[in-house]
Amino acid sequence: MNPLETLKTAIANSFRSKLRTTLTVLAIFVGAFTLTITNGLGTGISNYIDSQVAAIGASNAFTVTRTDTNAGLGSGPQKYDPNTRVLAAGGRPGSTQVALTQADLDKIGAVPGITGVSPVTRLNTAYIQWNNQEKYQLSVSVLAGAQPQLDAGQNLDDASTVPQIILPSSYVSPLGLSDSAQAVGQDVTIGIPDATGTMRTVTATINGIEQNALLSSGGAFINKALSTALAQAQATGTTTASAPVYTTATALFAPSTAAQISDMKNRLSAAGYTAQTLDDRIGTVKTVINGIIGVLDAFAVIALIAAGFGIVNTLLMSVQERTREIGLMKAMGMGSGSVFALFSTEAAFIGLLGSLIGSGAAIALGTVVSNALARGPLSDLAGLQILSFAPGTVAVVILLVMAIAFIAGTLPAWRAARQNPIDSLRYE
Amino acid sequence: MPVPILSTRDLTKTYGRGPDRFDALRGVSLDIDRGDSVAIVGKSGSGKSTLMHLLALLDTPGAGSVHVDGTDARSLSGRKLNALRNQMFGFVFQQFFLNHASTVLENVVLPLKIAGVGARERRARGMAVLEQLELADKARNKAGNLSGGQKQRVVIARALANNPRVLFADEPTGNLDSATGRIVEDILFDLNHNQGITLITVTHDHDLAARFNRRVYIRDGQLITTDEEHAA
Ligand SMILES: Nc1ncnc2c1ncn2[C@@H]1O[C@H](COP(=O)(O)OP(=O)(O)OP(=O)(O)O)[C@@H](O)[C@H]1O
Ligand SMILES: [Mg+2]
Repeated sequence: MNPLETLKTAIANSFRSKLRTTLTVLAIFVGAFTLTITNGLGTGISNYIDSQVAAIGASNAFTVTRTDTNAGLGSGPQKYDPNTRVLAAGGRPGSTQVALTQADLDKIGAVPGITGVSPVTRLNTAYIQWNNQEKYQLSVSVLAGAQPQLDAGQNLDDASTVPQIILPSSYVSPLGLSDSAQAVGQDVTIGIPDATGTMRTVTATINGIEQNALLSSGGAFINKALSTALAQAQATGTTTASAPVYTTATALFAPSTAAQISDMKNRLSAAGYTAQTLDDRIGTVKTVINGIIGVLDAFAVIALIAAGFGIVNTLLMSVQERTREIGLMKAMGMGSGSVFALFSTEAAFIGLLGSLIGSGAAIALGTVVSNALARGPLSDLAGLQILSFAPGTVAVVILLVMAIAFIAGTLPAWRAARQNPIDSLRYE
Repeated sequence: MPVPILSTRDLTKTYGRGPDRFDALRGVSLDIDRGDSVAIVGKSGSGKSTLMHLLALLDTPGAGSVHVDGTDARSLSGRKLNALRNQMFGFVFQQFFLNHASTVLENVVLPLKIAGVGARERRARGMAVLEQLELADKARNKAGNLSGGQKQRVVIARALANNPRVLFADEPTGNLDSATGRIVEDILFDLNHNQGITLITVTHDHDLAARFNRRVYIRDGQLITTDEEHAA
């Protein structure tokens, strides 16, 4: 029998016992459906996290701090050294963080591969106000290559001399603005206390409004022009005696391979600095999510294995039912290989049927549910499609299910193949 | 002297083991020449079907040998054996073994399908052989809906579909009335005379046995020379 004939006969055979085939297909359907949904969940959530992560920082930047040489709990306080500056850090009470000086920044910048270093100055902004209406608290951060997801307006322009700001959408109506679109282009006043405690004000233009986001700090992004202006205002009245010190610095690098990145990290570490990319900082979140998806996938695979036993059973029954027919075909010169191919093709076809229907239903239902969720309970997390289906992943699911079905079919197929024609014909 | 198309030496076949052990054949040696017509005659349970199955290479003997065209069947590879079953032998089973859910034509072309013949040619050859057995008008009917005599002819058509050189027929007229039986007999002898097909037929019927070139008598798994017992 040629392959096309085998395929046609296998398909026709699987439709001969409709109820039995339907039940097996249903079992596979459940497995394929679950697997497609869990994969959709994984794709949806990781897409969302990737876009959110891009919103808070660039992927080609390190956050660099001085490595704390304090050996940890119980080692007691460090000896005072007049050459090291320390800053009170936000960690456990009493912990300190070694500060970065201009000399440190130069050293970091000298590491091969690093294209630029900028210190992270803490800007203690006090409030924001529009059109002399109510004042609201505000925290700001510079946009170190981050790509916030915008509701309206445009991303910041660091080359511009105009002080620009991107506000979270939650600020729009409290400030007295009617909507995001109206907010863009408006001038706002930012209050910041200087070194002597006197409140200074700086004016900035709203360049964009950021969507509500999972990882957002609730603060605003500012461009270089605005951060310089704010830093100047904050520094008014500082005594020139104290040179500026920083807790952290941002070091940019050209797009690199993982090996190059880890090489740069090692060099920085050897020099006494701790460098973390955004992935390092966000890595744990992703690991947890991948773990959860992995567990869900495992459940789906268990469902599929159960469905696999269903296939074994269905085909064993069908081999039994067709014992005489197999005997007849073998008596007419059909080879064992062809008999095996016929039955395993039937198994794979049942698998294909189940997985196509299962994945199709999962995609249809998942898309509807996901859209409903995005409009309803999850609408605070703009841009989150909890389920999203990548064609590649769905294809992998279908192939996996077919492979499981095929493997399940080998036992019955082998039993059919090894039968002696006369014994099979005598079977009642 | 030409090599016989089928030849057996000291063929035995034992079914079951232990207390259920039963010797169905006890040393059968037989030569069948090309184009011959042979009737195998014997009582029920004497081993006729068993011998036919061994001759058609559908089962393996306990001991002894079967030679096909001078080649020992045991030396044949699986592929060669399947080719012989498919192309050289046609077998008309005592119990028909038709697929009742399929059409007459589908049943008849099964050996061609196994041989890998294309759908169009399959159809043409299937219709031709049905024509020969005067069943062309039943081609589209479900095999299960035919009368006994029609089924018998369908089974013969299926055995002939791939132009075999040897046709085995196990009681082809056993369950037919004498008129229909006569028609089937005529078909078989016509194939033997006009197409040179070697015909090996099992029968109880002595009138039918008399029409064959040669008769082989079997009792309790052994060949005997006369049919005195049966004639009585
Ligand atoms: N699979 C089997 N297991 C055990 N015994 C068997 C088996 N097949 C056949 N036999 C026995 O072998 C003997 C010969 O059987 P066979 O079918 O060859 O008889 P037969 O001559 O064709 O009879 P009939 O004319 O009734 O068809 C019988 O006694 C039968 O019971
Ligand atoms: Mg018999």
